[in-house]
Amino acid sequence: MTNSWNDIKNTDLVLIMGGNAAEAHPCGFKWVTEAMQTRKAKLIVVDPRFTRSAAVADTYAPIRVGTDIAFLGGVINYLLSNNKIHAEYVKAYTDATFLTKEGYKFDNGFFSGYDEAKRSYNKATWGYDIGADGFVKVDDTMQDPRCVFQQMKAHYSRYTPDQVSKITGTPKEAFLKICEQMAATSATNKVMTILYALGWTQHSVGSQNIRTMAMIQLLLGNMGRPGGGVNALRGHANVQGITDQCAYSEVLPGYLSAPTDADKTREEYLERRTGKPLRPGQMAFTQNFPKWFTSLSKSWYGNAATAENGFAYDWFPKRDAGYDILHQFELMFQGKMNGFIVQGFNPLAAVPNKKKLSTGLSKLKYLVVIDPLETETGEFWKNYGPLNDVDPAQIKTEVFRLPATCFAEETGSFTNSSRVINWKERAVDPPGEAKVDSEIIARLFVKLREMYAKDGGTLPEPVAALTWNYMNANAPTSAEILREINGKALADVLGPPADPKDPKSPRAVVVKAGEQMPGFAPLQADGSTACGNWIYSGCWSQAGNMTARRDTADPTGLGVYPGWGFSWPANRRILYNRASADPAGKPWDASRKYLAWNGTSWAGGADVPDMRPDAAPEQNVGPFIMNPEGVARLHAVGMNEGPFPEHYEPFETPVGVNLMCPTNPKAVSNPAARVYKGDLEAFGKKEEFPYAATTYRLTEHLHFWTKHAKSNAIVQPAPFVEIGEELAKEKGIAHGQKVRVKSNRGEVVAACVVTKRIKPWDVNGKKVHMVGIPIHWGFKGVTQNGYLANALTPFVGDANSQTPEFKAFLVNIEKA
Amino acid sequence: MDMNRRQFFRVSSAGLVGSSLVALGFSPTAALAETRNFKLARTTETRSTCPYCSVSCGLIMYTLGDKAKNVKSTIVHIEGDPDHPVNRGTLCPKGAGVMDMIQSPNRVKVPQVREAGSNEWKRISWDDALTRIAKHMKADRDANLIKTNAAGTTVNRWNTTGLLVSSAASNESGHLSVKVARGLGMVALDTQARI
Repeated sequence: MTNSWNDIKNTDLVLIMGGNAAEAHPCGFKWVTEAMQTRKAKLIVVDPRFTRSAAVADTYAPIRVGTDIAFLGGVINYLLSNNKIHAEYVKAYTDATFLTKEGYKFDNGFFSGYDEAKRSYNKATWGYDIGADGFVKVDDTMQDPRCVFQQMKAHYSRYTPDQVSKITGTPKEAFLKICEQMAATSATNKVMTILYALGWTQHSVGSQNIRTMAMIQLLLGNMGRPGGGVNALRGHANVQGITDQCAYSEVLPGYLSAPTDADKTREEYLERRTGKPLRPGQMAFTQNFPKWFTSLSKSWYGNAATAENGFAYDWFPKRDAGYDILHQFELMFQGKMNGFIVQGFNPLAAVPNKKKLSTGLSKLKYLVVIDPLETETGEFWKNYGPLNDVDPAQIKTEVFRLPATCFAEETGSFTNSSRVINWKERAVDPPGEAKVDSEIIARLFVKLREMYAKDGGTLPEPVAALTWNYMNANAPTSAEILREINGKALADVLGPPADPKDPKSPRAVVVKAGEQMPGFAPLQADGSTACGNWIYSGCWSQAGNMTARRDTADPTGLGVYPGWGFSWPANRRILYNRASADPAGKPWDASRKYLAWNGTSWAGGADVPDMRPDAAPEQNVGPFIMNPEGVARLHAVGMNEGPFPEHYEPFETPVGVNLMCPTNPKAVSNPAARVYKGDLEAFGKKEEFPYAATTYRLTEHLHFWTKHAKSNAIVQPAPFVEIGEELAKEKGIAHGQKVRVKSNRGEVVAACVVTKRIKPWDVNGKKVHMVGIPIHWGFKGVTQNGYLANALTPFVGDANSQTPEFKAFLVNIEKA
Repeated sequence: MDMNRRQFFRVSSAGLVGSSLVALGFSPTAALAETRNFKLARTTETRSTCPYCSVSCGLIMYTLGDKAKNVKSTIVHIEGDPDHPVNRGTLCPKGAGVMDMIQSPNRVKVPQVREAGSNEWKRISWDDALTRIAKHMKADRDANLIKTNAAGTTVNRWNTTGLLVSSAASNESGHLSVKVARGLGMVALDTQARI
């Protein structure tokens, strides 16, 4: 979330799309109802199903699964063609005025530079036109056909209301009404927020779904403002925190892009990642990248990381591929992996195409499952009849199952969806011999380190050198690790020279050697500071554990709670908050004054300013300091399928063509999405599988955990699928009857709930029905057992994030 | 279906309208009235965070037992933390039942191994389990860690064992897992957060 849960109360309009906050995040949704009651805010819900969020909405519109970009692209077209944008904001805080390169074009579903064989783009013609001075060329009139504004306008002019309605199945009147409501927030004193979740991410175009909405929020001037932002509602209590620790192949803690084979030396690696301003006077905050990375190197390798050995750069593994979970299972499937350690994760249930996963796991030498609960993954080798039809004798994988603690039995911090880190204490002892995850990993590492010390082996040096200064090597405490994450000074850190004109004038000590870092600002690139995760720096300063703070004061009444826990970065509660004020430094809306330029500083507002405190407005320092251009991107080169989001059908489409480019069969679905051999063939066609399907969660369950909890099992005891009344009638299926739902990869048998909440869409003159599949059941649990929903889902992910396409695929349904 | 009165009321607050409990025709066999003592009178309060969605509601956990070394504490009640700025004491249908997840009969309690081709779990000690796992890891790493790629660049990657890091554990556990994985040269690293 760019904003916070409490901040939702400050809004004038809530859009819930790609999520279902009322059922999936009920206590967060209370802040929506708070805004509706106290500010008379309105709620719009756009969803394939009439959810409980929809039930309390002022406006509801149905939408066909997997067509959000068409809908949102239509909104952009509406805003631009009716001149309903926040013009001053767009001009000052986005790249609308920037010129793009010559040679960029978009034609019949493809952007320039497409390489069909590689399924990827050569991006040479994308991006800004850089002048001889190293800065982007701009056209302040925004009339140049090559400026981002005109390019965007041309791109989205094709998304007319009729076209939107044809693709999405959303009635044109409902679509236009929503456009009108959203457009009203282009006024400087009106703000909209958007709440989304997996309904946007779990698509082969997931990242672009979110980007399209971010563009709308920029055009309306709603980013960085109280009551605004783009807010991802995440799925576990600490899924944000683990994202921040970057348990991903492609990043190191604090979102430092991990080195690849191309980064031969530390210098090359840093050079590629260190930002340089693309417009005069910009902060280009990533210019500090070497400080963050060097401090991480010192945190992990201590004295073994020296200037002479490039701060142990060689010990950071270089990657040659994605290694995301789909890639890992593909490698397993090909027999190229030997071991798999699964900590608090149930991939057999949570990753698409169960059959492929099961085959992959069966080819491993060893599998280690570390979990509080008995998961399906741990028993993938066991026969559960049709629910898991395998022959254990044929599966040679050695499987270990280690008992881990659950949240109540572990002291440590969780980071909520809005980046607030909160400390919690162990309340109860774990059952049996269960141990905390960190202790299990520590014991395993200590054993390995002993084996390497005794017997040697391949590359033993980093194993020996990894810092391990814990009181009990087998059981590091969370307090020790959080202090390490925060970082400390290894030598005295000096401030700037007392006299800025005389570099030899004395420099004061900012942080004394041995002290905890007060934040990331004083981190150094010379090895004199250590920090495990720069964005968390400040969470455990010399003043102690900031994440354990429980000050309930909200001095401004804007729901900021600056003394409650610690919000990364720098205890900032709303990101890009400089944009809450106009270019001159005056709040856009006096009734929601968040920060203002007081003549000498940005300090003294409701929140920690997202701006250099002394940057006077006339210096034109843009509010998006992480971008080297200082402004937000309407045109984004970083995206793999195009600088502007474009509608592509799900890989299994009930329409069969992309109505945006019906004559290009190669641009039906995301042309840049990675598809493995064999998976393409496993996609179903509409002739055999005529119904759109989607998976979702129920308010009584969380993923695959609560099926192990009795009270949840009491309220939602049995697996079911949902269809609308019309389809039920067509297929002769009665409420409660058992049905078989099949995709090209597997099947699910469950009771059928016939509901008014699902209705067919009119797509290009044809009726398209949907089958809804709640995911919560499996062959382990205190609920009734059921089929894993991911027996059905396709093995393909978003072209940028590789998040699997769980939300839009094809099935057939029949009476079982 | 068996449930006692307290369970019935706890879960009923979820609102049963859309539930398969109603839709598919289940109902409690008995929900008898009973009187009880004030159960929180002799408990220890600990603040915590609900583990379910990322609203991360504040919880107060009530445990029996005075935290003495020879006493095994038990959670007897959990409620929303009224001081918490986000949930202000409230909990949702999931969170209201979280005690049953902690006390689930399906908790894994001891280390176990399923040998190749076997049809059953076998109990082993922590030390045996970790020794065997460490041997597997070392053998795989020693055999397959790639020090240099075809172009002669130092890459030091180990890509034949994968690690999925828990998004249910603390930041500290997560950070330690990442640190160890990278220290060993792992690149096949992922987490639930991607999904």
